[in-house]
Amino acid sequence: MKFTIYRYDPDRDERPYLKDYEVTPDPADRMLLDALVRVKAQDESLAFRRSCREGVCGSDAMNINGRNGLACITKLADLPQHVTLRPLPGLPVIRDLIVDMTQFFKQYESVKPYLVNHEAPPERERLQSPAEREALNGLYECILCACCSTACPSFWWNPDKFVGPAGLLQAYRFLADSRDLASSERLDDLEDPYRLFRCHTIMNCVDVCPKGLNPTRAIGKIKEMMVKRAI
Amino acid sequence: MSVAPPVRRFDAIVVGAGGSGLRAALELARANFKVAVLTKVFPTRSHTVAAQGGVAAPLANSSEDHWHWHMYDTVKGSDYLGDQDAIEYMCRRATEVVVELEHMGMPFDRLENGRIYQRPFGGHTQDYGSAKMAMRACAVADRTGHAMLHTLYQQNVRANSQFFVEWMALDLIRDPQDGAVLGVTALEMETGEVSIFQAKATLFATGGSGRMFFSSTNAFVNTGDGPGMAARAGIPLQDMEFYQFHPTGVYGAGVLITEGVRGEGGYLLNRNGERFMERYAPNARDLASRDVVSRAMTTEIKEGRGCGPEADHVLLKLDHLGPEVINQRLPGIREIAIKFANTDPVREPIPVVPTAHYQMGGIPANYLGQVVAPEGASHEAIVPGFYAAGECACVSVHGGNRLGCNSLLDLLVFGKSSGEQMIRDLRALPRPHRNLTPDAGDLSRARLARLDAASSGERVADVYAELRKTMQAHCGVFRFPELLLEGVEKMKQIAARLGRVYIQDRSKIFNTARIEALELDNLAEAALATVVSAQARKESRGAQARSDFPERDDRDWMKHTLWYKEGNRLAYKPVHLKPLTVEAFEPKVRTY
Ligand SMILES: Cc1cc2nc3c(=O)[nH]c(=O)nc-3n(C[C@H](O)[C@H](O)[C@H](O)COP(=O)(O)OP(=O)(O)OC[C@H]3O[C@@H](n4cnc5c(N)ncnc54)[C@H](O)[C@@H]3O)c2cc1C
Ligand code: SF4
Ligand code: SF4
Ligand code: FES
Repeated sequence: MKFTIYRYDPDRDERPYLKDYEVTPDPADRMLLDALVRVKAQDESLAFRRSCREGVCGSDAMNINGRNGLACITKLADLPQHVTLRPLPGLPVIRDLIVDMTQFFKQYESVKPYLVNHEAPPERERLQSPAEREALNGLYECILCACCSTACPSFWWNPDKFVGPAGLLQAYRFLADSRDLASSERLDDLEDPYRLFRCHTIMNCVDVCPKGLNPTRAIGKIKEMMVKRAI
Repeated sequence: MSVAPPVRRFDAIVVGAGGSGLRAALELARANFKVAVLTKVFPTRSHTVAAQGGVAAPLANSSEDHWHWHMYDTVKGSDYLGDQDAIEYMCRRATEVVVELEHMGMPFDRLENGRIYQRPFGGHTQDYGSAKMAMRACAVADRTGHAMLHTLYQQNVRANSQFFVEWMALDLIRDPQDGAVLGVTALEMETGEVSIFQAKATLFATGGSGRMFFSSTNAFVNTGDGPGMAARAGIPLQDMEFYQFHPTGVYGAGVLITEGVRGEGGYLLNRNGERFMERYAPNARDLASRDVVSRAMTTEIKEGRGCGPEADHVLLKLDHLGPEVINQRLPGIREIAIKFANTDPVREPIPVVPTAHYQMGGIPANYLGQVVAPEGASHEAIVPGFYAAGECACVSVHGGNRLGCNSLLDLLVFGKSSGEQMIRDLRALPRPHRNLTPDAGDLSRARLARLDAASSGERVADVYAELRKTMQAHCGVFRFPELLLEGVEKMKQIAARLGRVYIQDRSKIFNTARIEALELDNLAEAALATVVSAQARKESRGAQARSDFPERDDRDWMKHTLWYKEGNRLAYKPVHLKPLTVEAFEPKVRTY
């Protein structure tokens, strides 16, 4: 297989360039990450992040033939013979396929991604019905890989002001939690021309999420909650 | 690297941001200490994220249960090598820490009455080992570790913990006077700069070392850094021969299929379609302890009853649970099976093999997280300023074999208790930091300087591959005397080759080749400790199953191993057979 990979090491390179590699995957190699590890065995200077190799840690998001995804769960069999890899778009590149995710995490943290409930906790667990718990499905599973936010044009233009799909999904994860008592503060915080309302329902985020989550729907739900409380 | 690295000072540092590190950091941050949390990867990328099945606590939400039953199961599961005081401590605090986690926002699955959903898990029984399984595993579908790690990270965001993300700790710094730990050296990946992190309390929470085996459920970053750093600094490693092989890794890929599948009613089949666990464990069957199930599978395969063209795996059947149960309780498993095994478990069984999974041994610590090592007449003198928790520590609650769901519990209990102990110690210590000697940090500087200077030698990838192959072949589910002896020799050679590895990449910026070389140093310490300790232990107990000594030998081997890097030397110390308040559980023949 042929790989064309974005290379840039600010310590050495004037500017980014693309480099070609030829690798023969082993029959046991299933995923793009396996092939990347082989490329790295050829050229140890190629830098990328990876850890769990099973799609749960969110380390190895990259742009694969123009589309964001996780290398570790992208099947080699589903890829063409020539694969072009670039870093996630829209974030500063630290080196090769490694991007600086500071802005992305800042937005995540800005939604107060933790349960707020100032009532004294009971001795045992707070009760929650199966249906209430079910409302968190499709939300809590996010792995913070940033595939979605870095595919979102609104996030590209305003990464400092627009929370972006990943952050908004988490904002809704707490709005949807029957145990959280900070809904109105959360909604106040998002009622802003940029933080929430930069989303123009372009759906790129839904399209690329490797965990099959749907930030657009969550964003819609937040807007619904705002309308409801206005009446 | 000729100038001395800059020094950053904190009250406490936590190395590792998995479940145990984050739980400890939270305790410290809430007490308003100045804490630095160092981690090789962004906190939510730590391997706790991959834990699936659940966290054990005797909440008794779905079946009658009691902490004392849990204690019995854990002692028995450990094959009586676990320290009973620590096990009592853990089981008594289980409900508290799990309920606390729920209050923090953990999205546990729920029962109709609104309480936390619990499922059965291997080795967890009612009424001191009766045939009735206890429903003790508190679960978030099959994503319990993910939910737990994110919940703990979220609480740390709230508590304003200070993270040093993508900083790799390299070596411990000890006071040459009394051996007290004064901090670590660490490398910032983005810039390649090295700093000294000085602290009055240093906690290691660096996770497992599963990358030492060729086939493993562990992440790339699980390279035994904590044990490696400790060993280089003269601290022994305890019970390293006890390495758990999980029965159900996906054949060919190594990715884990949780025991929760069997907890929900799945079972194993050999090539004749026989539910063979009935022969090996008539009561608990597929929910016997992991060491028992892994050995049974390996025996089936060895005796020609494996499945597939090579007869080299068995099948895990769960389609009879129906799509509802699978989609609601095991959605992640379905995803993994489709992606990594090309089978949809709603229709077909999953091909599985025993796969390296969990290190029971580690840095010797007590149940307050304090690292202990022999000194003078004491087997367990406290190493001042040094703490360890989570998979890198050996407390020892898991002894010879860990029960499923007891690790996530261990992270919560000992993450918390070590945080509490660090707070007590910090309050008792004088305000000023000790003086560092001018050579603090020299070990790391020398290691880096060697890597920077070497222009030829061994390739990191080659030595790494050789190490993993060697451990897989010589130190697996069943252990044979000749293979072990050979394994020790091979691992010694591999360790020696490490002194000659070189890297071509000289960049300062995010030099992953350098990181991998530094990780390999740690992995080799852990691997050498494992095979040397296994070779020396002439009995079978828990995960250590020797062909030449098939029985447990309580007379000669009811003791903990300690491996020292210096001289590749072994020592032993007694097991704590006395619990804190209750009667001891006397060793019995272990059947399921
Ligand atoms: C696939 C899988 C499924 C599992 N399922 C379950 C389950 O259902 N129930 C259960 O109880 N147990 C389960 N376990 C076991 C359990 O998940 C682990 O033992 C546990 O999560 C380890 O947590 P930890 O906090 O010790 O380390 P980890 O979560 O591995 O975190 C280690 C941390 O240390 C950091 N680190 C390491 N070295 C350095 C260094 N040199 N410098 C700086 N930082 C460093 C890493 O960046 C990371 O943040 C499972 C394990 C696996 C592999
Ligand atoms: S739907 Fe909204 S958040 Fe998603 S990509 Fe489009 S603009 Fe971005
Ligand atoms: S919503 Fe999906 S794509 Fe976005 S960060 Fe979460 S897991 Fe990744
Ligand atoms: S390596 Fe963890 S998501 Fe790919």
